[in-house]
Amino acid sequence: MSYILSLTTFLPILGVLLLFFIPKESKSVLRGFTLAVTLVTFLASLLILFGFQTNAEFQFVENVPWIAAGPFVMRYNIGVDGISLWLVILTTFIMPLSVLSTWKAVEDKVKEYMICLLILETSLIGAFISIDMFLFYIYWELMLIPMYFMIGIWGGKNRLYATMKFFIYTMVGSLLMLVAFIYLYMLGSQAGIPDFSVLHFYNLRIDPTVQVWMFLAFALAFAIKVPMFPLHTWLPDAHTEAPTAGSVILAAIMLKMGTYGYVRFAMPLFPEAAHRFAPLLATLAVIGIIYAALVAMVQEDVKKLVAYSSVAHLGFVMLGLFAFNVQGMTGSMLQMLNHGISTGALFLIVGFVYERRHTRLITDFGGLAKQMPIFATIFMIVTLSSIGVPGTNGFVGEFLILMGGYESELRWWTVVATSGVIFAAVYMLWMFQRVMFGELNNPKNQKLLDLDAREIAIMVPLVVLIFVMGVYPNPFIEKMDPAIQKLVAQIRPASMNVPVLPVSSQSLPVGHPVMPAQTGAEEPAAHSGMSGQLPAGHPGMTNKGQSSEPVVNPHESK
Amino acid sequence: MDMITMPAVNFTPILPEIFLSVLAMCLLLINVFSPNGKKTYLTYISFIGLVVAAVLVGSGWGAHIESFNGAVVLDNFATFFKMIFLLSAGLAVLISDQYMEREGCNHGELYPIILFTVVGMMLMASGTDLMTIFLGLEVMSVSLYVLAGFNRANRKSNEAGLKYFLLGSFSTGFLLYGMALIYGATGTTRIAGIASVLGQMTLPATNIMLVAGMLLMFTGFAFKVAAAPFHMWTPDVYEGAPTPMTAFMSTGPKAAAFAALLRLFLVALPTLQVEWSQLLWVLAVLTMTVGNITALRQDNIKRMLAYSSIAHAGYCLVGFTAGNGTGTSAILFYMLSYAFMNIGAFAIIILIAKKGESNGTVMDLAGLGFKRPVLALAMTIFMFSLAGVPPTAGFIGKFYLFSGAIQEGYIWLAILGVLNSAASVYYYLRVIVYMYMKDPSEEFEWTSLTAPVALALVLAVAGTLILGIVPSFVLQYAQMAVSML
Repeated sequence: MSYILSLTTFLPILGVLLLFFIPKESKSVLRGFTLAVTLVTFLASLLILFGFQTNAEFQFVENVPWIAAGPFVMRYNIGVDGISLWLVILTTFIMPLSVLSTWKAVEDKVKEYMICLLILETSLIGAFISIDMFLFYIYWELMLIPMYFMIGIWGGKNRLYATMKFFIYTMVGSLLMLVAFIYLYMLGSQAGIPDFSVLHFYNLRIDPTVQVWMFLAFALAFAIKVPMFPLHTWLPDAHTEAPTAGSVILAAIMLKMGTYGYVRFAMPLFPEAAHRFAPLLATLAVIGIIYAALVAMVQEDVKKLVAYSSVAHLGFVMLGLFAFNVQGMTGSMLQMLNHGISTGALFLIVGFVYERRHTRLITDFGGLAKQMPIFATIFMIVTLSSIGVPGTNGFVGEFLILMGGYESELRWWTVVATSGVIFAAVYMLWMFQRVMFGELNNPKNQKLLDLDAREIAIMVPLVVLIFVMGVYPNPFIEKMDPAIQKLVAQIRPASMNVPVLPVSSQSLPVGHPVMPAQTGAEEPAAHSGMSGQLPAGHPGMTNKGQSSEPVVNPHESK
Repeated sequence: MDMITMPAVNFTPILPEIFLSVLAMCLLLINVFSPNGKKTYLTYISFIGLVVAAVLVGSGWGAHIESFNGAVVLDNFATFFKMIFLLSAGLAVLISDQYMEREGCNHGELYPIILFTVVGMMLMASGTDLMTIFLGLEVMSVSLYVLAGFNRANRKSNEAGLKYFLLGSFSTGFLLYGMALIYGATGTTRIAGIASVLGQMTLPATNIMLVAGMLLMFTGFAFKVAAAPFHMWTPDVYEGAPTPMTAFMSTGPKAAAFAALLRLFLVALPTLQVEWSQLLWVLAVLTMTVGNITALRQDNIKRMLAYSSIAHAGYCLVGFTAGNGTGTSAILFYMLSYAFMNIGAFAIIILIAKKGESNGTVMDLAGLGFKRPVLALAMTIFMFSLAGVPPTAGFIGKFYLFSGAIQEGYIWLAILGVLNSAASVYYYLRVIVYMYMKDPSEEFEWTSLTAPVALALVLAVAGTLILGIVPSFVLQYAQMAVSML
């Protein structure tokens, strides 16, 4: 049980090793085996979910030495907290669905495709559970490789341009972040921090001017991944060219890597700088929401439209994060999951249509609802969820984000962003109307078959989640709440005395009184050493006796 | 008449060198008396000889023995570098036979010359006297001139040999002049002696003879490591030379030049560090940028890897600029990683090329990914490692090189380094794009894989991945090597 995290991470890689022995002609065996591997991984991740204690600590921690040379000590240090837990589950949940979606879509080079999918799964899970920052970086870069191949080999017409752009864009950002990683470590080692664990660095007081530069390096890398306006241009290209499973994973999980990076690294490590840049990033987020919505409206390609809607949705997530309060953060975390489910589902739907008609142009369709009633129903539900209609998951997340934003210093940004919800309704419903309703006058569309059992099996879990998370989001919020409370306390800089606004999970999602309570309780946990952050018996803590050491500003100790 | 008395000499420090020299001479004889035809057995003999030499070298780890009156030393620094040379020569020997056979120039002299090159490089790494270093450099260079022009029937190879010889001797002139000036300024050629004279000087940086000597010596070595602006010979020589020799030249001798350069500058000239680190800063940026930007436009893979090799020298200069333990030990680690990944990449090029060095462009790789998946996978690993993408040796090496610079406060140098690294991704990925994402223009008969090349590829892939995933122990050895300097 204690190795369950490593097991979940490396099960897909184990699957890759076995895949090598399956002859590449037996495609259905390859598909079936990969599906089985992803399902087993999902089951393993459920053990994590059920074993997870609702508190703010990292759990299932594994911490063993890995590299120790020169000034650096890197450890294989992994664990989940309330923030990463759901993202891991999202990853393992989306993966089997992606494999199922390739059943008919990928006929060529099936074996290589499955290998890419499985390596991708390992690197995604690995990045979410890394506590050691170096380990995180390894996974963060590693995930580019399979995605690069997936877009480049199985992608559309313009795939080479798209995949190169995707790789180099992401690489530039992450290399600059690497410089900041190393610099941060150097600052830390002057202050007596013994290894690369991010938990140690949370307590490092960094000079605000230095913070600015480091925050910018981190923020750039993560903003490219999110992607935020104006760094989003790789996304529509990558999405349009990627095969369905690639798009699903890219949208549902990989983009979350960017927002997760803000939550785990950029914001808590450099709180002063994060506050300083909040107006800028919120402005970019709001521009992203409005701009992407406007661009989405005029798209002729359904997949591109969904890609731009992704940019808009992640704009909301960023806005919620930079509200710096519990509602906003909770909303953002939920919205990450919601976006994973609804946009993932939208890309799957686009894939279904594309497999049948080999076109994605809105003008080629019309009246499909008559021919494909099951498809129409599911598509409608997913569309509504993407818009954020009450009763679906999208509503809960967006509502919390907007409420959090309104309560924060970003009130006017939030007011503008709210119009994005209306725009979302416009472009999604307009697209739905043009594709599904109207006259079924294109002869090619008159013989379309409705969804088959496999396709329904893919969509049912997503549709169920859309409703469950829309009607009863409490189980999700409860697990993440303590971690978010702690995070909000962490990113409050010492100079600012903004009261923490607690969110009571019972009164969600509709309005609840705002109480400036719990501030006293949160304060010491975030500022006094590491004892509050590491689970008992954490080797890094007990050996070095770090918890009792005062944290020194490295600039003073020079 | 005075008796010439032989001083007490400890031969232990140069035991591997003696062994390899004797082996090389035996190989020459064996070659003469053996029947014509297959020379594969020479490959195996030299490879085994290099392995034995590696055991001899390795057994000296931890020792510190000076010999020949302080002209040669056996220390961890020399041992680590000797291992790199032996590895580079071993891999080069393994990939030579198939290529030389195809090109019709499988002369048995190849292997002895490679071994002599190794002897020269080893002397450079363990030399603690300007004369020993120079002697080693000449043994190495003269052998390399022959190796570059080894394919006598091929005009490009001839051109490479001649060009390398002319420019190489020219640069050796600079080096020798620099050494003479240093001797003039300090009165000694012993590295330790130079250091102690400089230590007593007030303001050594104002001594024009000394500074000029340093600059001239640096020019000579910069030529050997192919640092801009002394890199002009590299693309032509690397393209023209027989591919296995290009693989060898770009790794072993480059490491040897770094070995001598590091020992000279860190041990003999540390008092001038402020001056030479400024110089290195500029050269590092120039070298990385020139290498990467010109590599972007190359279609011929050998030429592309030649420019990339310039860029990699630039990354090492970043670590050198830092001049601290992290940076310099990273050079050792990087040179080791570079031997694995670069020779591996050249091995693949040997396999895809046809007789007469045709079929050597990036476009000719089209379709390799699905026709020869194992070869393509190996090439992919080498390319990602050269580009510095984890989890490969190239990434760990760059991480430590740039860390050294950041530790010393050279943040901008590190930023320019990573940006260069990002630019290099384009041309390395282009190879992968052609392998996996383009269809071959014509049907192509792939050369079969012979056992030595297969062994070389296995070693190279294993090295690239092991140094990328569990690099700790090698990094620690590298650190021990430089800490004893």
